[in-house]
Amino acid sequence: MAGAIEHVFLYRDPSVVARRARLRLACNLVSLALAAVVVHWLQHNLGDYPLRILNLAAINVILAVSLNLIYGFTGMFSLGHAGFMAVGAYVAALLTLPQATKDVIFLMAPLAWPFNVLSAPPIVAVVAGGIVAGLAAFLIGLPVLRLRGDYLGIATLGFAEIIRVVANNIPSITNGALGLKGIPNFANNLWWTWGWAAFTVWFIARLVGSVHGKALLAIREDEVAAEIMGVRLTYHKMISFVTGAVFAGIGGALLGSLITTIDPKTFGFMLTFNILIIVVAGGLGSITGSVITALLYTVLLEALRPIEAGWRLGPLAVPEIPGLRMVVFSLVLLVIILFYQRGLFGGREFSWDWLIRKLERAAAGTAATAGAVERRTGATADAGAESEAQATRPGGGWSSTAGRGTETGGRGGASKRAPKGT
Amino acid sequence: MTWVVFLQNVANGLSLGSLYALVAIGYTMVYGILRLINFAHGDIFMLGAYALFYLVLVFTLPWWLSFIIAIVITAIMGVLVERAAYRPLRNAPRISALISAIGVSFFLENVGLVVFGGRPKPFAVPQFFTQDYSIGAVRIMNLTWVIPVLSMALLLGLMYLVYRTKAGLAMRAISHDMETSRLMAIDVNRTISLTFAVGSALAAAGGIMWALKYPQINPLMGIIPGLKAFIAAVLGGIGSIPGAMLGGFLLGMMEIMLVAFLPALSGFRDAFAFLVLIVILLVKPSGLMGQEVKEKV
Repeated sequence: MAGAIEHVFLYRDPSVVARRARLRLACNLVSLALAAVVVHWLQHNLGDYPLRILNLAAINVILAVSLNLIYGFTGMFSLGHAGFMAVGAYVAALLTLPQATKDVIFLMAPLAWPFNVLSAPPIVAVVAGGIVAGLAAFLIGLPVLRLRGDYLGIATLGFAEIIRVVANNIPSITNGALGLKGIPNFANNLWWTWGWAAFTVWFIARLVGSVHGKALLAIREDEVAAEIMGVRLTYHKMISFVTGAVFAGIGGALLGSLITTIDPKTFGFMLTFNILIIVVAGGLGSITGSVITALLYTVLLEALRPIEAGWRLGPLAVPEIPGLRMVVFSLVLLVIILFYQRGLFGGREFSWDWLIRKLERAAAGTAATAGAVERRTGATADAGAESEAQATRPGGGWSSTAGRGTETGGRGGASKRAPKGT
Repeated sequence: MTWVVFLQNVANGLSLGSLYALVAIGYTMVYGILRLINFAHGDIFMLGAYALFYLVLVFTLPWWLSFIIAIVITAIMGVLVERAAYRPLRNAPRISALISAIGVSFFLENVGLVVFGGRPKPFAVPQFFTQDYSIGAVRIMNLTWVIPVLSMALLLGLMYLVYRTKAGLAMRAISHDMETSRLMAIDVNRTISLTFAVGSALAAAGGIMWALKYPQINPLMGIIPGLKAFIAAVLGGIGSIPGAMLGGFLLGMMEIMLVAFLPALSGFRDAFAFLVLIVILLVKPSGLMGQEVKEKV
């Protein structure tokens, strides 16, 4: 497990550690502020269609990062995401549907208690959707989390399909196959979707970085060894599974509001496969990978639309071929999987350390030219420790959570010391 | 329920079960050898039905001949899929191969939608199959006995291939230990190709008979039967060929009986298959006839 310990420079001087933490926080705040400005600008300057795509991308980010927590970080092969999304979407939709719509759309059977009287503002509805999805995950997890590998995948896929079939058959709550229509479109707003996406990334990154996160990684690497070391398997697996499901429910709730119509067909297992594809193509155990791939995936799917509309290239005229987009898309997917077998990011994460190192080196450089001899020796010692720290992480600005510490990332005359802990 | 209706349901269950069994074999053989859930198998099943449809429609070949040619074409497709999408990933993480399988499944479905069109096509069923007989009070169509009998013949042929021939021995050896098989001069790649050919051929036969039973075909027709057959394979113990057959027949029979005895629950038919699956996984994770693998530390 080389490099599993994140964000720890080997240089342990408390003042330096504190300074680096401050710098990291500053970088985060600055980029958040920039992101807010960008979101504000996009919200006011983009047309309806690009906005929709960006909102969808944010929802895919939420879904992919939450599945990555379950599968990428904890190693539990779960194919139940669509089921949890369905739960979240139905709960949130039933809480936000206006009374008048409820009266109109429930044709097969009247809406059952308590949903016929309850209603809630969107934020409460989304949170409630997440919580109910988490409860569902808890109940499902009790029996199935002791299964491993493919069997766990099959069992969770089975539960997701059961949720879907049940939704099809309880018309007094879900309106059966007709589904729910006219869901308030509050999620068609970048602040909403990207806000939730940012919260998801923050929460899951914190969870993965915490002591619990170390336990999850230990379970992924070797369940038996983790148990021997004192990791409580059921407890930690449940934390990961339920957290992932809560965010899946939130993602489902937002999706329902974005497309305003949900029915059981929306939440088939192909939906789970789509998210799984994002997670694997982005790199298992890389939140950065999931975020960027979710964005690319959503945009690519839309960007391919022109090729099926019919086009001409000189004398070559291609007629309109509906469905060609998905053919090309699946080919692109196959090529990515065949050539990037570990995903685009292969377990690496984005971090600010490269920037901080650059700043520090610049500061040390000016100090060295201006300072006296004794200060210079101090600076070289600092640089030595620095290169040692770099050698422990592969690649410039990337830290790694996957056990692949084989490259030395030292630049500019760094001592080529072997990575620690391989 | 009268005896007549009951017998009718048994016949239905048998024919549905034999179709599940045929398709389940492909899942279980591939899993046994590559530890890969071949999600594209359901789409191979669909290709079989379409191959027959076009052979009969375009080339107006006689029925029995198109049946054989369609099976051969589909078997070749199965081998090509393995060549293109699974073989390059033989040494990659297992999840990559799984995603590749999902990608192939997407690809085949979407190519199907573009080439064959999304509208369901009526499948011309020869008159022979729809003719019905009365035995006492029980009326059966020819199809009702043709499907189980033909399936049984194919399954017996498969059993012969796997348990009585050298090629079958090679398959079993590889599923046991691929590296050692290679040391024993078994051509692993060729055997895996053969496995895919056999599995796809059975899926094609299943797809064709499915289309005879439910005479409408569309490019997404393979998804649900594929999933059910996969459940059947897990039910019987994935990796075990007799298990897949048993699982297929059990699942088909249980589904038909559920609808027959509890018509109020017929909407839950698909959920029922999964419920059975989950119960089996929890009680005996290796399936009814699968070998339990003890984990060594």
